[in-house]
Amino acid sequence: MSDAELITLSAILAAMVRAATPLAFAALGELVTERAGVLNLGLEGMMLMGAVAAFGTAHAGWGYAPAIAAGAAAGAAMAALFGLLALTLRANQVACGLALSIFGVGLSAFLGKSLIGSPVTALPALPVPGLAEIPVIGAALFDQDILVYASFLAAPALHWFLFKSRRGLILRAVGENHDAAHAIGYGVLRVRYAAVLFGGAMSGLAGAYLSLAYTPMWVENMSSGRGWIALALVVFATWRPSRAILGAYLFGGVTILQLHAQSWGIGVPSQALAMLPYLATVAVLVLISRDETKIKLNAPACLGKVFHSGR
Amino acid sequence: MPLRLEARAEPSRAMVFAAPVIAIAATLCLGGILFAALGFDPFTALAAFFIEPVSTVYGLSELLLKATPLALIGVGLALGFRGNVWNIGAEGQLIIGAVAGGGMALALYDVSGLWVMPCVLAAGVAGGAAYAAVPALLRTRFHANEILTSLMLNYVATLFLGWLVHGPWRSPEGYNFPESRMFTDSALLPLLVEGTRLHVGVLFAPLAAFATWVIVSRSFLGFQIKVIGMTPAAGSFAGFGPRRVIWFTLMFGGGLAGLAGAMEVAGPIGQLVPIVSPGYGYTAIIAAFLGRLHPFGILLSSLLLALIYLGGDAAQIALAVPFAVTQVFQGMVLFFLLAADVLIRYRVRFDAPRSVAS
Repeated sequence: MSDAELITLSAILAAMVRAATPLAFAALGELVTERAGVLNLGLEGMMLMGAVAAFGTAHAGWGYAPAIAAGAAAGAAMAALFGLLALTLRANQVACGLALSIFGVGLSAFLGKSLIGSPVTALPALPVPGLAEIPVIGAALFDQDILVYASFLAAPALHWFLFKSRRGLILRAVGENHDAAHAIGYGVLRVRYAAVLFGGAMSGLAGAYLSLAYTPMWVENMSSGRGWIALALVVFATWRPSRAILGAYLFGGVTILQLHAQSWGIGVPSQALAMLPYLATVAVLVLISRDETKIKLNAPACLGKVFHSGR
Repeated sequence: MPLRLEARAEPSRAMVFAAPVIAIAATLCLGGILFAALGFDPFTALAAFFIEPVSTVYGLSELLLKATPLALIGVGLALGFRGNVWNIGAEGQLIIGAVAGGGMALALYDVSGLWVMPCVLAAGVAGGAAYAAVPALLRTRFHANEILTSLMLNYVATLFLGWLVHGPWRSPEGYNFPESRMFTDSALLPLLVEGTRLHVGVLFAPLAAFATWVIVSRSFLGFQIKVIGMTPAAGSFAGFGPRRVIWFTLMFGGGLAGLAGAMEVAGPIGQLVPIVSPGYGYTAIIAAFLGRLHPFGILLSSLLLALIYLGGDAAQIALAVPFAVTQVFQGMVLFFLLAADVLIRYRVRFDAPRSVAS
């Protein structure tokens, strides 16, 4: 390969990682929520609220750290609304999640109306001295912004939490059999609220990454289905963080390749290429779901089920 | 926790009907507070939102025009929801219905006759049903979750329509705007009331609701849907699996969404454009829940949600608030409804719990 090609490859890999980052945050958050037995379909709404809150905070000149925190907080606030309905009031989780998505799309568009067209400076990259110059992979792994680095750490951290820590064990127990967990004396609702809020904060971070770093602006509906793709990734990952991050990079790759293919001007309409991430999601779901027992064995047994204490 | 839910001996029938009323009242209250926070007089603002848009004959005709796709899609979706089939892809099915109906109208551009318009609508139904067959096949054959597959196909449908009107179907006399040719009069739905946009297609909504009611309450298939929805295992014991229910409800809902799409392009729009629906496919989900998944209830809830669309339009002009206020109100209604629904199965008590706190 020539130098120019190597540089292009390095740029493509770095772009892939960036495209994967929001998916990784949202999917990992939802993974934890679902491991606790709660199905929250509201990722798209939480992500958009995170995006608009982070962008609004940054635009007001408060700096990046408060903006990122505002994104996470907005996602968690939306998740709290979901928790109130689905956990405390025991409403249907599918319906609540759909409501959260519809509401989040609307509310973010409403709140963000005055922010359309406003600029913010993109979240700066923090190159790791020395490592960032490694050919091909240096730019992808060591010349990124703080949120991308955080997403690198999130998967191993969550793997450790879920499978090596005591609290992770309790969380999984609540998701597998809430009646048994309750009988032992664990606070099922408390664990579930924590998991739901964590999932919301992660979706909020995904949104913050979109509006602060990936495309530093606010556009209505700018997540364009990423929340739903992240939901599919959780199934694809069979509820394992390591596979979720793998899936996120796979989809980052598809996204970037279709963008590059559009600019190379191969004779395919741009709309057909833009369909690829969505079609890939369907394909991946079909491939993974084909084996029904695999899903049944891996899915948390109480996923989406209402918990009644004192029954 | 001071708030405690006490299970009722049996679900309250009264609350099934009261919950939507409570939800609407709560939405109006919160909406008023929202407007007050934005610096408007809440009563004037609410009147501008909910009353003024329907104070004229034209306004009422627009209400029916917008309620029609919501009701058509809503009754179809509700049938699936009863059977635990979560079709979230009505928006895509509507778009493909519009594409199929529009394609038929463009194919029959040079002919005229009374049969052209029915062909357009039939193509819409077929297109929507065929598009809904994809998640049905993926669910029954590969067990792929229909929520995610049907939703992904919404984005695909939008892009497909975008490609058609930017590319092969772009009007040759359209100055390069991404639009198809205007359909000929033969392809358009005749107007019901002169001077408005209200067309005969509005009659399909009560018709579809009645047909759905017959299916739900009078047919064996409707019985199967309800059984599968409540306890899937019971269906298997009785000798019928979910397969038929999945196929039927998705195709039925898809067909109605496709009809709604064809009626949008052969009605008020009159050609194919990149955006043929302001999210009817999603709002219809709210209509289905608010209408208690009952066909006649959905006719009523569609009117309310259509009113919110009109109110959003009016508020944009009169109060200069973004149109997104529509989705905020629609989302609020659904939230309050889901919260109020707890009263069907529980009584709320505000006292100290007797047993272990939950």
